[in-house]
Amino acid sequence: MSPGHVECTSSELLAVVASRELRARRTVFAGIGLPTLAASLAHLTVAPELEIVYESGVCGAHPSQLPETIADAVLITGAEAVLPMPVLFGYVLQGGHIDVGFLGAAQIDRFGNLNSSVIGDWHAPKVRLPGPGGAMEVMASAREVFVVMRRHDRRSFVDELDFCTSPGPHRALAEGVRPLGAGVTRVVTELGILASSGQGDELRLVAVHPGVTVEQAREATGWDLAVAPDLGTVQPPTAAELRLLRDEVDPGRVYLR
Amino acid sequence: MPRSAPAQPDKTMTMREAIAAHVHDGGTVSLEGFTHLIPTAAGHEIIRQGRRGLTIVRMTADIVVDQLLAAGCVTKLVSSFVGNSSAGSLGELRRRIESAEGEPLEFEEYSHYGMICRYLAGAQRLPFYPLRSYAGSDLPSVNPAIRTVTSPYADERVHVVPPVNPDVTIVHAQRADRAGNTQIWGLTGIQAEAVFAARRAVVVVEEIVADEVVRSDPNRTVIPAHAVDAVVECPRGAHPSFAQGYYDRDNAFYRSWSAISRDPDRLQAWLADWVHGTADHAEYVAKLGPEFWARLEVGEALSLPVNYGRRL
Repeated sequence: MSPGHVECTSSELLAVVASRELRARRTVFAGIGLPTLAASLAHLTVAPELEIVYESGVCGAHPSQLPETIADAVLITGAEAVLPMPVLFGYVLQGGHIDVGFLGAAQIDRFGNLNSSVIGDWHAPKVRLPGPGGAMEVMASAREVFVVMRRHDRRSFVDELDFCTSPGPHRALAEGVRPLGAGVTRVVTELGILASSGQGDELRLVAVHPGVTVEQAREATGWDLAVAPDLGTVQPPTAAELRLLRDEVDPGRVYLR
Repeated sequence: MPRSAPAQPDKTMTMREAIAAHVHDGGTVSLEGFTHLIPTAAGHEIIRQGRRGLTIVRMTADIVVDQLLAAGCVTKLVSSFVGNSSAGSLGELRRRIESAEGEPLEFEEYSHYGMICRYLAGAQRLPFYPLRSYAGSDLPSVNPAIRTVTSPYADERVHVVPPVNPDVTIVHAQRADRAGNTQIWGLTGIQAEAVFAARRAVVVVEEIVADEVVRSDPNRTVIPAHAVDAVVECPRGAHPSFAQGYYDRDNAFYRSWSAISRDPDRLQAWLADWVHGTADHAEYVAKLGPEFWARLEVGEALSLPVNYGRRL
């Protein structure tokens, strides 16, 4: 165990690890919750130039408190820009101005296709989920997509999606359309990090958290998970990262539960 | 040289009058406002007047849609996100879609940009609007209105969505003059496009202001009067959402909705108490009480004025 190691919660672990993936990125499209935490922490650490763009239309937010929603009033007051929907989705997102989009999903498959629509059949679903929102647009047009999954198990990491809401590039290419973005290139979970080169290859396990075995990760995944030959170990959150996260980013512990 | 402008028509009316005049059984009603300025009070008045068979068009179908569903007003929903923000579930919507019991709900699903493009096409009276979102998705397989066309300029296929032209669009805004010049600041969302796409438009505002107020800052007018048929003054009419600079979002109510809506009896009791049990939104506001509203109060953060200039 490294000398800087500090005990942390699962949310803190995911936020810290995701934040490091934003190194040197300029624009990130982030929803509320863990993505906001990760982006806000990255802004203080590995990506000082980072601009967070919110789906509500806010660019360059300077909130006085951690926002509770993507449209929280504190995001608007003091922001650099607030854009109407056609401008945000049409010019900013589809126009190719987003480096990294953060998405969540109920299900993910080996190619990073995402389901946020239904469990079961769309016409008579067992569970109706919120649906696409802007996820499909983020997948089509952000240069890369990072996914943070709170649960790494066979219900979420599936061999076959119940419904493909947001398709990765290979599915678009199969229909003769070349999307702007590379699809999902990083998946951060409680067990480790899955990654894809963005060239249409499968997600592979590239790192595990200390104490997690490859077998554990493979067992929790609903497909035959490939493992990178140079499999790494995720550096645990440092005391400095956790201090920033706890004291600066989310002192009210809105999301750090 | 002072000029006397002809008086603009006064389109102000009460919420009761506006809904009675512009929302009819079987009609298509767009309610817009992306988390900010959700026209909840208008939704409640639709419930009070017992409208039936409505098609509701709304990007983020959230609490007000769950309430309209529970009140039996809606037979079809057109939407791109059916959830209670990040705060939980919509109990009635899930029951109507997941279970074979009760009145079925026809659901036409798009993505956010798909809905935006439908309003853009509708506002411009175009036959369709292209976008890059749907290739490879399963959504077109359950929504035949999402189609593809071949570009006439390149060997390229692109997805398209049809226009939407609601019978009426209802939006909430901070302020308007009596003729309907409507000013919004903060998140302006899709309100202007939704209004221009509609055959008729009702604007609900926190306050009706003098013409001079609007004309002191014309760039803040998001919807011009000629697109508006009715102007309704209804303070706090966007609760539980917020109005930038007027009152904050009632996050506690959003969180409580999952539990209220999970139980059909509790949901009906809520409607009986807060919608059918109040004559209008002023009563709803009074019933919540001053202590409640004090918790949603916001402080001042004024913009600096700009100089529009004046010819000397």
